[in-house]
Order: sequence, then C-alpha cells, then structure tokens
Amino acid sequence: MSRIALRKLRHSYMKAPSSPEDYALKEIDLEWADGGAYALLGPSGCGKSTLLNIISGLLVPSEGQVLFNDEDVTSLPPDKRNIAQVFQFPVIYDTMSVYDNLAFPLRNRGVAHDAVDTRVREIAEMLELGDWLKVRASNLAPDNKQKISMGRGLVRDDVNVIMFDKPLTVIDPELKWKLRSKLKELHQRIAVTMIYVTHDQTEALTFADQVVVMQDGVVVQIGTPVELFERPQHTFVGHFIGSPGMNILPCEVSGGRAVFRGHPVALEGPITGSGARMEIGVRPEFVKIESEGIPAVIERVADIGRHTVVEARAGDETVNAIISSEPPQVGEEVHLGFEPAQTRVYADGWIATEKG
Amino acid sequence: MKTETQRGWLFVLPVLALVAFNALVPLMTVVNYSVQETFGNNQFFWHGLGWFSDILRSERFHAALGRQLFFTATILAIEVPLGVAIALAMPRKGIWVPVCLVLMALPLLIPWNVVGAMWNIFTLPDIGLLGYTLNTTLGINYNMTQSPVAAWATIIVMDVWHWTSLVVLLAYAGLISIPEAYYQAAKIDGASNWSVFRYIQLPKMKRVLTIAVLLRFMDSFNIYTEPFVLTGGGPGNSTTLLSIDLVKVALGQFDLGPAAAMSLIYFAITLAVSWLFYTLMTKDES
Repeated sequence: MSRIALRKLRHSYMKAPSSPEDYALKEIDLEWADGGAYALLGPSGCGKSTLLNIISGLLVPSEGQVLFNDEDVTSLPPDKRNIAQVFQFPVIYDTMSVYDNLAFPLRNRGVAHDAVDTRVREIAEMLELGDWLKVRASNLAPDNKQKISMGRGLVRDDVNVIMFDKPLTVIDPELKWKLRSKLKELHQRIAVTMIYVTHDQTEALTFADQVVVMQDGVVVQIGTPVELFERPQHTFVGHFIGSPGMNILPCEVSGGRAVFRGHPVALEGPITGSGARMEIGVRPEFVKIESEGIPAVIERVADIGRHTVVEARAGDETVNAIISSEPPQVGEEVHLGFEPAQTRVYADGWIATEKG
Repeated sequence: MKTETQRGWLFVLPVLALVAFNALVPLMTVVNYSVQETFGNNQFFWHGLGWFSDILRSERFHAALGRQLFFTATILAIEVPLGVAIALAMPRKGIWVPVCLVLMALPLLIPWNVVGAMWNIFTLPDIGLLGYTLNTTLGINYNMTQSPVAAWATIIVMDVWHWTSLVVLLAYAGLISIPEAYYQAAKIDGASNWSVFRYIQLPKMKRVLTIAVLLRFMDSFNIYTEPFVLTGGGPGNSTTLLSIDLVKVALGQFDLGPAAAMSLIYFAITLAVSWLFYTLMTKDES
C-alpha cells in the first residue's frame, strides 16, 4: 500500500525526440493517495498504457520520476516494486491448477507453505474460485481466467498498487458487469491502491473515486466522475464522457458575451480567457426546446428508453438534446435554449468561464 | 436446417485417385510380394506369413533395428534440446531476425545426397577440412571408413547439422507466438528464468515440439540417402540402418518376399510409434 507520485514524467519511444509530438507522454504530474481507486481514461493511443507500464516498471521513462511513498522507484524493475498487474488478456499458467496459479507469486517470494495455503484459500473464496482450486487453469472460461489474473495480484498482501490494463476486454457483456462490481467490492475489502486503465467511460466512472482523463499524452482533467460530467475542464472531456457527449458549438465573444449564430447565450459566469478558437460547451441534458431562442430543425429522434435523444440542426451545427417530455417530430422547426448554469465557454479547448 | 448430401465425396475423388496410384497401389504390390515366394520367370507361389516370421526372428533384422533405434534416439536427444536452446537464444525482434532465420533455414534447403557428399569430402583424412584438421593438426586418429565410432559420430553430427534447424524454426514459431503480457506477468510474479521456461515457454511450445519430434522421428527412422552416401552402411555393417539393409535385401539380393515383409514391419513400427506418441502428447488437450 502506498502513495504514488509522478514528477515531471515524459516518455518517448524514439531515441532522440526533438519536438513535443515525439513524446507519447508529455509532462505528467500526478499524486495518488494510498488505498484509492483510480482510473486512467482515454481513447486508444492516448498514452495511458505507456503511463501504466511506467508505473509498473515495465518501461523506464525518458524523463521524470516515479515515487512510491516518496521513494524513487523510477529505474527499479517490476518485481522490485511490489506491484501487481492484470492484463487485457487473461494471463494464466496453463499447466498449473488454479491453486498453483494463485500460489505462484507467493512461492516465488519464498512465503511459508502454511501462509501460502491460508492466503490462497482466502482470496479464492473472495473471487468465488473456491470450487475450482484443483482444476487445471486452462480449462476455465475467460472470466474465471481473468479472476485468476486478478487473484495473483490480490494474494500478495504487501503490494503497493494493483494495476488493471483494460481487464474486461475479452469478457462477455453480462459478465463484465458482474466482474466490475466484484472488483469494486474487493477494493472495499482490501484497501489497496488500484489503478484501472480503460477506454470505456462506464467502466472508469463506476470503478474509480477519481478519474484521470488523457488525450495525446496529456492529462486533460483529473476529477471525480461527477466533476468530469458536470464541469469538464476541456472540450475533449466533455465530448468523450457522456452519451451523447457535450455539444461543442463555435461562437463569437464580444463585450464579455458569447454569441452563437447571432443569438446571445447566457453562461454560468463571466468569461475569463480568450483564444483563437472560442466554443460554447453544453451537455445535451441541459439543452431545452423552448418557445423562443436559437432556431433549429429536428433531424433525428431516437427513443432510448427513459428519454429521447433529439438531433437538431442550427445552421451548420448539430445540437444534441436529451428530452424526457413528449419529443418533437422530425422536420419540425423549433427553438433551442441552454440552461445558463451548465453552459460554458471554452477557449482553444480549455474552459474559459468562471462559476458566477 | 441444413440438408445433407453425399456430394462431398465427389470432391475427394481426384485426391483419392492420386493417392491410389502413388501410394495404395505400390503398397498393395508390396503386400502382395510379402506373402509369396518367387523363383524368377515371374512365377509366384503362396508363402503365407512365412517371410514375416523369418524377418521377426532374423538376427540381421534385430541388429539393423537396434542400430536404427539407437540412431533415432541419439539424434532426438541432441536435436530437440539443442533446437529449443537455439530458438530461445535467437532474437525476437530487430534486423537480426531475418538473418538468423535464413542461416537456420540454409541446411534444410540442401538436397540429401548433396549433404552426404559434402560430409564425405569434409571428413576425408587427407583433403577434407575436418578430417585433415583432426588427423594432422590435432593428431586425433579419425577415419570413418575404418572406425565404426568415427562413422557413427559422423552420421550423428551430420544429421544434427542438417536437421536441428527444423526444430529451431518450429520452436521459434512457438516462442514468438507467446504474447508479451506473459513475460511481463511472470516478471511481476517474481518468476525465475527457469520458471518462465518451465511454466510459460515450454507449455506454449508443446504443440510445435510435438510436431517437431514427430517429424524428426519419422524422418530419422526412415533415413537412407545421407548415411548411404556417407558411409554406405560401413565399415562392415556398423552403420547399416534399417532402410540401408532393406535396400540391400530388395535390390542387392533381389529377395522380393523378405524385403516386402521387412518394409511392412518397418512401416508398422513407424506408424505405431508415431501414433502412440501423438496420442500421448495430445490426450489432455480435449
């Protein structure tokens, strides 16, 4: 168990990186508390797996430091860091039984026979693998194999951190949900720091206390799921999280007011920044159909159960709205209004309004 | 619902015809010979299983079979571990991969009789590089036309040189198919190099190694050209392997009946061992 800190971390896969584009990770500073559940969220290729491998020690960063409890472990190999990692595909030792698989990390570290036995049985019970202990690991279904992978991390009671690298990729949808809640439950039972890497927002938001959103090797926002949803610091976060994502609409700023297609738009507070690219960001949940406002034409209506997703076109821009009342018809001309407290301006992608 | 038809058989017919002419017909001719006696003039007389019981009791056959088994066991015991060791030592990525692969494949591309001729010249005591070096430079008396030990050493080294590559290539194919995550997980689990080999690499190579052993068993058990060109079975009978003996009986002495019975027994042994080995190796997979 430990506190993890990343200091001015940069990494490039090239031998002589010259421009910032050559870096897979561009300067990352992070501080993670002991025993927390964290998620690294971002699209494929954003650098989250690179970051994970740096923390686990499979990769040595080009620059910067990795600290576990203030101790510099940057150049230590994985087995010296006392970490555990669960990979995308279940890694099991085919020829061993489930029991031997779980005991393997402990036996390699010279733990006494009795202690191994107690611990393995305890963890197997937690993972509901108790009935399978004698079975050859290769005969298990993928979800149980992935449980073994997790179990090999959990049996070691001295691990600093357990890392999950998109662990549910090969699991069937209905079992994904089960395994996810199992993981959450395990975290509550054994308070070890867990880092969960995924490109699936649902997995990240349900698992983590705090989510780190990454894009192109940069951390764009760190926050609780609620913060990420309610007040994205970057248009990327707004767009990436939520279904559908935040509406990002180009606007003009004049005299401290945002104007979208000739209509002034009320914001959460004063505009604090400026940039070459100014945009309004508002989540579909906070777009309303009103009697007056921005004129738009309804292009598509999709009933997704509890509410309706409406796609409206205002000039060249498409605006999504989530409507719980009676939805309009396709082709209908309507007026859109944005809820001021949830409407913000972004300058060059970064938030540029203050809460009023 | 799928409708079942018998049309599939039609597609198999051409292959069946081909196999019939190049395998079944010749094999049945051999079966035919094995139960008959002939005194020439293309006249044949029924001999029952006489040839089979003769061959099975023949000391000459026992000796040749013993030499054959010793040869196969020795080259398997050398080539399989050596092949795996070389495969483990080969680079997994980078520019040296193709270089190593081509170097490994080279011996496999050389025709068998050329291999025999090459080694024959290579080991000549007066002009061969190896023969001359051993005899003149190092002062070791090495002449495979005189010493059975030298002859045996030469055919074994030759086979190792010629065929270890096959094991290497198959084992290497097995090794590179192991995802990187397995090695990373093993590192994190604190596994030693031996554990990585024993619990990851060896199990993942099991399938290809089964095939490698099977191929090497069948090829080495039926080997003819290379030792024939190299030693001709000598000195004396010391390197007369089963196939060499068989050719002597069939074409040298022209004893068609005994030769046919001998080939069938030979074939049965090869088949039985291959089947047994494969069944044992794959039994816990289903």
